[in-house]
Amino acid sequence: MTAIVGAAETERIGIVPDISALEMHAESARLAVADAGLKMSDVDGVAAAGLSPIAMAHYLGIAPTYVDATAVGGCSFLVHVRHAAAAITAGLAEVVLITHGESGRSRTGAPPRAPDPASPQGQFEAPYGTLGPPTMFPMGVLRYMKELGLTHEQLASVPVAQRRWSANVPRAMFRDLITVDDVLASRMIAYPMHLLECCLVTDGGGALVVTSAERAKALPGPKPPVYVLGTGEAAETPMVSMMEDFTTSKAFRLSSARAFAEAGIGPADVDHLMIYDAFAHLPIYGLEDLGFVGRGEAGAFIAEGNTSPGGRLPMNTNGGGLSYTHTGMYGMFLVQEAVRQLRGEAAAQVPDVNVSLAQGVGGMFMAAGTLVLGSAAAAGA
Amino acid sequence: MSAASEAATSAPPATSATRVVPKPVPKPTPDTAPYWEGTARGELRIQRCNSCERAYFYPRPYCPHCSSDDVSWTTATGRGRLHTYLISHRPAPGFGDQVPYAIAVVELEEGPRMMANIVGVENTPEALMLDMPLEVTFEERGDQSVPVFRPAAGSAS
Ligand SMILES: [Zn+2]
Repeated sequence: MTAIVGAAETERIGIVPDISALEMHAESARLAVADAGLKMSDVDGVAAAGLSPIAMAHYLGIAPTYVDATAVGGCSFLVHVRHAAAAITAGLAEVVLITHGESGRSRTGAPPRAPDPASPQGQFEAPYGTLGPPTMFPMGVLRYMKELGLTHEQLASVPVAQRRWSANVPRAMFRDLITVDDVLASRMIAYPMHLLECCLVTDGGGALVVTSAERAKALPGPKPPVYVLGTGEAAETPMVSMMEDFTTSKAFRLSSARAFAEAGIGPADVDHLMIYDAFAHLPIYGLEDLGFVGRGEAGAFIAEGNTSPGGRLPMNTNGGGLSYTHTGMYGMFLVQEAVRQLRGEAAAQVPDVNVSLAQGVGGMFMAAGTLVLGSAAAAGA
Repeated sequence: MSAASEAATSAPPATSATRVVPKPVPKPTPDTAPYWEGTARGELRIQRCNSCERAYFYPRPYCPHCSSDDVSWTTATGRGRLHTYLISHRPAPGFGDQVPYAIAVVELEEGPRMMANIVGVENTPEALMLDMPLEVTFEERGDQSVPVFRPAAGSAS
């Protein structure tokens, strides 16, 4: 078994124009390695997305003997944890450092976004006026509404529920409580999605350190290891218009099934849940695709408060991409919050979290990564 | 919410200047050239697998259903239905004077789905009903011709 022994976000997140994307990788890396009670020289494996893991390693003075440059969008870091767990188990690496840093808002030192007109997207989507995730990611929402009866009010209840969490999270960008009416009155971005149903665009970074359970137990750090109980990854399509079914994510289903099976648990065993919320419909798809509720039930489930503070399935307890932060590849922050909840150090701490599941998405339902993480009690460690 | 917090979200302000720029022009590749040669002649060409007999889109030389390389080009009827859509309020390059405009997915009569714009009808939630019948038409775009869809002739709108 493997464990996450170090986890940290950059000191500042949100609007941070004076720090480059690469610096954010490095700052969070140093904090995460220190959090683990390790030295940078202990790191023999690196993984990163957005920027090259080689650039990150060299910046930090590491000559790695395990490199993972998997870049499948915002869930890349969950997939990095999966690959690191496999590599450590196979003896390919001992201590793997996984970093994220993105100047998503300020674009300081960020790579350019250049659509290639000869790519499949350039030929078969861009000519129709796509411009960033808001014009693509919500493509299936109207179909979902027609087939499964989701209402605009239920969709709007997703950011409402998550503000109830972020209201207690000092680092969150949006903390004011809002109502369904506030959401529906906010500016239309891409019908049926209003401004408050679309994620933030921010700057920030985060890093994780993964090692074997044996080494984790021997570390001097004061923080309890967070065990990797099960992992999954999957990919469906590079183009949202080619989704097999617009009311469900195939990648969510495939990835989460692998993670549940590996962990030997089911949805009822999960104490705390993070579902990547680039837009308000993602937690709805996720709750159903992962089997937490039945088809067509997720909108009412959220609207009725089941995922809010005091509800039976605490979800997106940092406020999510809708309220906490969203650098572009937000998946790192899913794992950070899951680790904090399992360590008992979250800003909006849920009592007695022993099993946390983080479900990431990459691209516009392009890919997915799932991590089932647990305390020592849950891991039997 | 404050103006500052609005500025932090994923959408640019609605007032952002719209320069006069052309809409994106697709660049054909060898595997897609027959498709774009078809659109230039007013034909919507898709591919059909001779092994499993299923039609597919987007163009590639192997069947995505059964991996056969025994595939043929065929001209679609151009009829389809509005499968899903959104209405973008963001001015993409070349679309500044059309905002808000629908970005849609059309399900062709032959089965495959493709992204498209919807023309000849107001791009509003009231006018765009899911599953409404559509037919293909073509929009000149630089040196290419891009398929778009309009309400089918004779259908209630
Ligand atoms: Zn076939």
